[in-house]
Amino acid sequence: MNKAAAAIKPDKRARTLITPEGLALPLTLASRGARAGALIIDMVIIVIGLIAFQWVMQALFEGVMEGIGFDPQQRLPGSAEFLVIISVLIGFAAWYGYFLVQELGPRGATLGKRLVGIRIAARGGGRLTPEAVIARNLLRDIEVFYPLIALLILIGLSSQGEDVGALGFVLTGWLLLFLLFPFFNRDCLRAGDIVAGTWVVERPRTRLAAVLSTQGAATAEGASEVTGVRYDFGEAELSIYGERELQTLERLLRDSQPDALKAVHATICRKIGWDPGAGDERAFLEAFYGQLRSRLEADMRFGKRKADKFS
Amino acid sequence: MKAPVISSWFGRGQVAAPPDIKSAALRSDRFRLEREGDWRRLEDILARMERGGLRRIADADLIAMPALYRTAASSLSVARETSLDAATLGYLEALVQRAWFQVYGPRQGFIRWFRSFIFGGWSRAVRSLWLDICIALFVMVAGTVVGWLLVARDEAWYYRLFPAGVGEARVPGASREQLLATLATENSADGLSAFAAQLFGNNSAVCILAFALGFAFGIPSLLLLVHNMALLGALLWLFAGQGLVVELAAWLSVHGTTELFGILLSGAAGLHIGRTMAFPGKLPVLDAAAAAGRRSAVVMVGVVIMMIIAALLEAFPRQLVEGTSGRFVIGGTMLAFWLTYFILYRPRIAGDAAGAGAA
Repeated sequence: MNKAAAAIKPDKRARTLITPEGLALPLTLASRGARAGALIIDMVIIVIGLIAFQWVMQALFEGVMEGIGFDPQQRLPGSAEFLVIISVLIGFAAWYGYFLVQELGPRGATLGKRLVGIRIAARGGGRLTPEAVIARNLLRDIEVFYPLIALLILIGLSSQGEDVGALGFVLTGWLLLFLLFPFFNRDCLRAGDIVAGTWVVERPRTRLAAVLSTQGAATAEGASEVTGVRYDFGEAELSIYGERELQTLERLLRDSQPDALKAVHATICRKIGWDPGAGDERAFLEAFYGQLRSRLEADMRFGKRKADKFS
Repeated sequence: MKAPVISSWFGRGQVAAPPDIKSAALRSDRFRLEREGDWRRLEDILARMERGGLRRIADADLIAMPALYRTAASSLSVARETSLDAATLGYLEALVQRAWFQVYGPRQGFIRWFRSFIFGGWSRAVRSLWLDICIALFVMVAGTVVGWLLVARDEAWYYRLFPAGVGEARVPGASREQLLATLATENSADGLSAFAAQLFGNNSAVCILAFALGFAFGIPSLLLLVHNMALLGALLWLFAGQGLVVELAAWLSVHGTTELFGILLSGAAGLHIGRTMAFPGKLPVLDAAAAAGRRSAVVMVGVVIMMIIAALLEAFPRQLVEGTSGRFVIGGTMLAFWLTYFILYRPRIAGDAAGAGAA
C-alpha cells in the first residue's frame, strides 16, 4: 500500500462513535465492495440451501405420488399436501428468517457479513433494535429481489418471442437506482439503511501484540546480542523524529522483515549522522525505538507532542 | 480492507504468558502489562458472547463484564494520553468497540421482542399510525368506487382488470346460478391447506411490496391500494347486477375483514414512511425516516401474522361454511377482534421493553 492511499482512504470511511462514557471510538464504514460481496455470499447460501431443500421435497413428493399410482382422478393425498405447505412456509421463513435471526444475534451480521468482516450498527451510536433490523430487511426485497426476479421472468418471456415492451427498461432502471443508491450518499447507506436508521461498519479484529520494550535491545539495560554493545542516543539524535515515524518503526519491528529493517537502519543512520554498520540492524532499531518512545512519552506527560518529523 | 479474518477462526486461545512487569523499560508498557489480564478476560467473555448463548458464560463473568468494559474504556483514554504503542492502542480501540456492541447491543432476542410485540407493542404501533390509516382507508374506499364506476361505464374495463381465463364463470353476462356457484363451498377439506399456504405467500408478498414502496414518498403504495380495491369494486358491480351483493359480501367477509385490514395497515405503513420523508417536521430527514421506518416495521410484522390468519380463514371456513349469516358471523367476529385489539388493548409499558412508540 502506498503512502497516499493509506492516508486518504481510511479518512473517507472513518467515523467517530461517542460512547455513553464520553469516549470517542473510531469506526470504519464497510466498503461497498465488501457489502456487495457479503450479499452475494448470503444469496448463494440461501439459494443453494433452498434448492437442496426443494430437491429433497421433490423426491419425497414423487414417492408419495407413486403411492397413489398417478391417478388423476384422485385428489392430492394428505401427505403430499403437507409437503407443499412445509415447502411454502420454509421458503418464507428462510427468506426472511435468515437475515433477521442472524442480524439480531450478538454478532449483528449474517454469515456473509461475518466472512467479509462487517456488521450492522445503529447509526449515530444508539442501540440496535429489532424493529430496525426488520425494517432494513423488508426493504431489501424491493431494492434487489423483486426487480431481479421480474427481470428474469421478462427475459424468459421475451426469449419465447413475447413482446414485453418498455417494462424491461423500467425494471432495469429500478434495479440500478437502488443498487447505485449507496454511491450517492456519504455513509454508503442503501434505502433499507435509511429507513431503518442503521449503517454497516467494519468489525475490528486485532490481537494484542507483544510488548516491545521487554525484548531485545529495547529494554532499559538492553545490549546488542551480536556485539554486546549498548546503543545510546543523545538528545540531538532523538529530537529528529516524531510519533508518526515512531509508529512506522514499531510496525516494521513487529513485521521484522530483514530487507525493510536494513533500509530503515541506513536511513536513520544517515539522518542522525552515524556511520551505518551491517549485521546488527535489529538491535540498533530496537534500541532506537525504545529510547525514542521513552523520550516522546515523557514529553507527552508534560503536554508536548510531536506529531511527525516536520513538526 | 483487512484480510486476516479466517486466521481468527483457528488457533484461538494459545496466549503466551505476559512478561514480567518490572522488565518493561517504559512506563506506558508497565501500565499495559498491569491491566492486560483484565483485557484478555474481557476479550474471552466477548468471544463467548458473540458465539451465542449467554448460558455458557458463568454468572461471575457476566456480572464482571460491564466493569471490565469500563476498565478497558478508561484504559483506552489513559493510553491515548500516555502511550505511543500503536498496536496496544489499536487493540484497545477494537476491544472497547466490540464490548460496546455487546453492552449496548440489542437487549432482547427475537423471542422476548416478539412477546412484547404481541402484548402491546403491535397495537401501540398501529395506533401511532392512525392518520396514515385514515388516509389509506379513504384511498381504499375511493379505489372501490372507482372500480365500480369504471366497469359500470364500460364493461371492457372488467376484462382489463380481470384478464379472463378459460372456464372463468365470473364474467359480465354470467347468470345468477353461475355466480352463486362460485360462492359455493367445497365438499371436503382436501387440498385446502396447500391452497392456504399459497394464498399466504402471495398476500404477504403484496403487503410487503405495499410497505416497501412507501419509500418513494408513499405514492406507489397508494396506487397499489387503488388497484387492489378497484378489483373489488368491479367484482361488487358484477354481483350487484344479479342482486348478489349480500352473498358476495358474506363470502368475502370471512377472510376479507382480516386480509383487507392487513392490506390497509401495510399501505398505511408505507405511506407513513413516505409522508415522514416528505414532511419530516423538526427532525433531520434521515432521523425522521429512520423513526418512521421502525414504527412501520412493527406494523408489518403484524401484517404478516394477519396474512397467515387470513389465508387460513380463506382456505378453510370460507370454503366449508355455508350460508350468508354463518359467514358474516365469522367475518364480523374477526373484525371486532382486530378493532378491539388495536384500539382498546392498551397494556401499560413494562420496563423499557417498549419497542414501537419509543423510536
